[in-house]
Amino acid sequence: MDQLDQLVTQADADFSAAADAAALEVAKARYLGKAGSLTELLKGLGKLDPEARKSAGAEINKAKSAIEALLNARRDALQQAALEAQLAAEALDVTLPGRGQGVGGLHPVVRTLERVEQLFRSIGFDVAEGPEIETDFYNFTALNTPANHPARSMHDTFYLENGEGVLLRTHTSPVQIRAMQAHVEAYKDRDTMPELRIIAPGRVYRVDSDATHSPMFHQVEGLWVGESVSFADLKGVVADFLRSFFESDDLQVRFRPSFFPFTEPSAEIDVAFMSGALKGRWLEIAGCGMVHPNVLRFGGIDPERYTGFAFGMGPDRLTMLRYGVNDLRLFFEGDLRFLGQFR
Amino acid sequence: MQFSELWLRSFVSPDLDSDALGHLLTMAGLEVEEQDGVAAVFSKVVVAQIVEAEKHPNADKLRVCKVDAGQGELLQIVCGAPNAAAGIKIPCALVGADLAGFGIKAAKLRGVESFGMLCSAKELGISDESSGLLVLPEDAPVGTDLRDYLALNDTLFTIKLTPNRADCLSLSGIAREVAALTGQPLSLPACEPVAAVIADSRAIVLDAPEACPRYSGRIIRGVNAKAPTPEWMKQRLARSGIRSISALVDVTNYVMLELGQPLHAFDEAKLSGAIHVRFPEAGEQVLLLNGQTVTPAADTLLIADEARALALAGIMGGEDSGITLDTTDLFLESAFFAPDAIAGRARAYGFSSDASYRFERGVDFALAGQAIERATRLILDICGGQPGPVVDALDAGKLPQRKPIRLRAARVRRVLGIALSADEVAGMFGRLNLQVVREGDDFVVTPPSYRFDLEIEEDLIEEIARLHGYDNIPVCAPKGPISMLPRPEAKRDTMFVRRLVAGREYQEVINFAFVEEAWEKDFGGNTDPVRLANPIASQMSVMRSTLIGGLVANLVTNRKRQTNRVRVFEIGRCFTRDAAGKPVEGYHQPVRIAALAGGLARPEQWGESNRNVDFYDVKADLEALLFPRVAEFERAAHPALHPGRSARVVLDGRAIGFIGELHPVWVQRYELGTAPVVFEIELDALLETRTPAYREVSRFPAVTRDLALVVEQQVSAASLLKGLQSVAPAIVQHIELFDQYQGKGIEPNRKSLAFRVVMQETQRTLEDAEVDAAMLALTRHAEDALGAKLRA
Repeated sequence: MDQLDQLVTQADADFSAAADAAALEVAKARYLGKAGSLTELLKGLGKLDPEARKSAGAEINKAKSAIEALLNARRDALQQAALEAQLAAEALDVTLPGRGQGVGGLHPVVRTLERVEQLFRSIGFDVAEGPEIETDFYNFTALNTPANHPARSMHDTFYLENGEGVLLRTHTSPVQIRAMQAHVEAYKDRDTMPELRIIAPGRVYRVDSDATHSPMFHQVEGLWVGESVSFADLKGVVADFLRSFFESDDLQVRFRPSFFPFTEPSAEIDVAFMSGALKGRWLEIAGCGMVHPNVLRFGGIDPERYTGFAFGMGPDRLTMLRYGVNDLRLFFEGDLRFLGQFR
Repeated sequence: MQFSELWLRSFVSPDLDSDALGHLLTMAGLEVEEQDGVAAVFSKVVVAQIVEAEKHPNADKLRVCKVDAGQGELLQIVCGAPNAAAGIKIPCALVGADLAGFGIKAAKLRGVESFGMLCSAKELGISDESSGLLVLPEDAPVGTDLRDYLALNDTLFTIKLTPNRADCLSLSGIAREVAALTGQPLSLPACEPVAAVIADSRAIVLDAPEACPRYSGRIIRGVNAKAPTPEWMKQRLARSGIRSISALVDVTNYVMLELGQPLHAFDEAKLSGAIHVRFPEAGEQVLLLNGQTVTPAADTLLIADEARALALAGIMGGEDSGITLDTTDLFLESAFFAPDAIAGRARAYGFSSDASYRFERGVDFALAGQAIERATRLILDICGGQPGPVVDALDAGKLPQRKPIRLRAARVRRVLGIALSADEVAGMFGRLNLQVVREGDDFVVTPPSYRFDLEIEEDLIEEIARLHGYDNIPVCAPKGPISMLPRPEAKRDTMFVRRLVAGREYQEVINFAFVEEAWEKDFGGNTDPVRLANPIASQMSVMRSTLIGGLVANLVTNRKRQTNRVRVFEIGRCFTRDAAGKPVEGYHQPVRIAALAGGLARPEQWGESNRNVDFYDVKADLEALLFPRVAEFERAAHPALHPGRSARVVLDGRAIGFIGELHPVWVQRYELGTAPVVFEIELDALLETRTPAYREVSRFPAVTRDLALVVEQQVSAASLLKGLQSVAPAIVQHIELFDQYQGKGIEPNRKSLAFRVVMQETQRTLEDAEVDAAMLALTRHAEDALGAKLRA
């Protein structure tokens, strides 16, 4: 049956020549349509004798199957090609920027405060806060700094017009007293008071303005009161904090005697970096000490039973050291080109 | 406090170099702020004399000098200093000398040979000023090394003393401290009594013995006030930062620096009658040495005679009773004024003096007698004169008391976290000159008269820590009972809120809490702000009652720097007067969060049309911050805002803040270009959230129907929605507004609002009839009660 083989070969060629689905359907009709070559052959079978009809029928059906397979293969190929063409046409420039809203960011000093809070929270310090218009009593007197005490001249205080006994707090230390009083009140019905561990970040105010002083700046106060809190613990907590904050184990930390009316003994904390632009220089970073017995008393706490330590750090300075910022005033100018660097 | 190391070492000289000495002081609490050599590093510079000075043959401004530098022959040196003249003694750098790295060689200057260099004070690093060659005294020995002759191998220390360590405001005090820290022997100046030569004396009356329990005075007659101050004294004063004035003044300053006792010298001829130490009478005035006339307040102690007030006690002397170069007879004062009687007074008059600085911190009350003898001796040696007897007015009972302090060994351990033996502690107290009685494990300690800072057990513990060395206290990992901190789920912390706002593309700023008064009026309608009594500048004179002013200023600043799209927020306190304010009476100090968005709604980007940010953009930001809580927005006027585009934000019936477009008047006045949108909210409202509660999710299909209602223009979407919700049958899950339309097909002054109503049951599929009934109920209510018409 050369004719059938020829037909299959012919169909293959026709199908391959069909460039799209429509052309393929036209080609299909030539073989499998109502007047198609194969259909005609099948119609002609009736004229044959039964024996011949059977064998010829089988041959024709075989050819039909082959042509159908060729047709399907070509259909798939055309579909695939069409899909590929569509995908190619739909390709994007993936390097164009994404669209939509941008991102904002936190203030660099707040970033520092967030890290300070996280580090201290990890050892059980809660975050406390206090008012910024504060009374003279909480800002000075309760912190063992009576009127005319020379230590008051260390703070150049902003006072309010027509405000008797009120001022802008010069440090976050008044939060110590408020926190102790609240703690004592909360546990007044118990025999033992749980330990008090707080940090108090916030804004403070002093009459001072130049490249290294801002009339408004930040402090973080820390306070730990308990039945066995010592100066050695203070050294441990502060050194641990500073190494964690700066993510550096080779940071040198030293404690040097100093004076604050509200702590005794008192110390100034200096750090020195082992590398970088400030390598080897001692930098003042915080004041601290054991809470003065008078201050504990003002907080309602018995200094014979409890001891405590307190510290006050400057997060503005910590931020400057951490990121290498060289001018304190940048923090308060609201320049987005500066602030945007800390996102 | 600035001083010379050589002067200190004349009292105590530990085997430490300058740097080690500085470190010792710093680590003992006497922080060394500055430490500098008194001169530059140089060598081979000697005292020399110009024998001859001739004009240089080839240069008008140069001279050719013949110089005797003690080298056996005269040196020829070319010199350009205008004051180079024959006869003067000057420093001469010899050939081979090294001036801070600059080598001196034999050279030819304009053809004339020169063997060395004549030096100015500036070239030697002794002074910053230069007015030609440094002229040395006539008796300076030629050939002597200049460093030795001027004692230049000295270091200036500046220490920052804490207010508790007034005992270290003198060379003796610092020497005492160094001796205690190092265990080195101490030799302080002798203050032998000077016998009276004349009998003249002046009576002294302590009218206010609480304030002045001790006043010693002495007349010295026949002094030569014009006598020159000896070089050694001038030098020590200069190295302490004090200018030489006249021999008598210099002696009083010198003794103050040496011993710590401020002294005052009156011109005896100008006094009349007894000296009184008293408080002022009404209207009394004093003309002070600094030219200022003050009317002393009632609590300012005066020195007076029987005719008038002479001086502010312990603060400053009077102009017309003080000594001059013509003074021949003087009255010397050496007194103890109680710190409480002096503290803060000088500051109240707007100045500070060396005397008040010391008295308000505490001057050794046992020192007055020694100091007057020491000063008398020095005056007699320098200015001559005949001393009278010392009159020592004393009310011993009113002197400060040094009460014994009990120190318990266990307490030391508890506070410092270290164990020290009783002998170690006793040794430390001995070095500090504390009188100690041992009682079992306890020490009963009496501090010396010069220590005003030792009052309680902790003060002694600090002394122990200082002498032991803070560095030697171990660094302990702290131990304590641990319990979890409460973290209520329905509460968010401020940091979380900050992150949310930043996530909506706002940059956090921190603005000053004191602002311009105009901002308060413009953005807060506040005509009575909380005012500072002592503002740093007029544009920082009032406390803000709103954060908006600062954010508007941020917009202005950034626009000036070519950033026109500005999205900023701040979290901070605001301040208003409020009689019921807490915790500080009279002031309300809420923490608020405010944000401002100005310029384009979105960052400039390709493929999208952009527009300016509007009310609804920022409202969406605020709603996202409040989510899952839902606030109501009520039309309300606000002084900062466009009256038609501003709303009060109400959460659960509480007004928590406002939102709106900035008022066009402020947009114009502050040159903002387009109107920014702002909001300001009480922070605590954003910190309250809720613990999620589960509701069953229905497996049955939901039915959605739309309802378009036409209403009067001024009817708010919220009122319509609320009305619909109030009558919605139980199957209605929610109703939301999805479209607003005005224009063709709708009458003017009316608008169409389209709502989507979603209905569902959890236990069954809804039937058409009940859905229709629900929609009918909503429509009826809208038409009958809300004045709406179903849109055709």
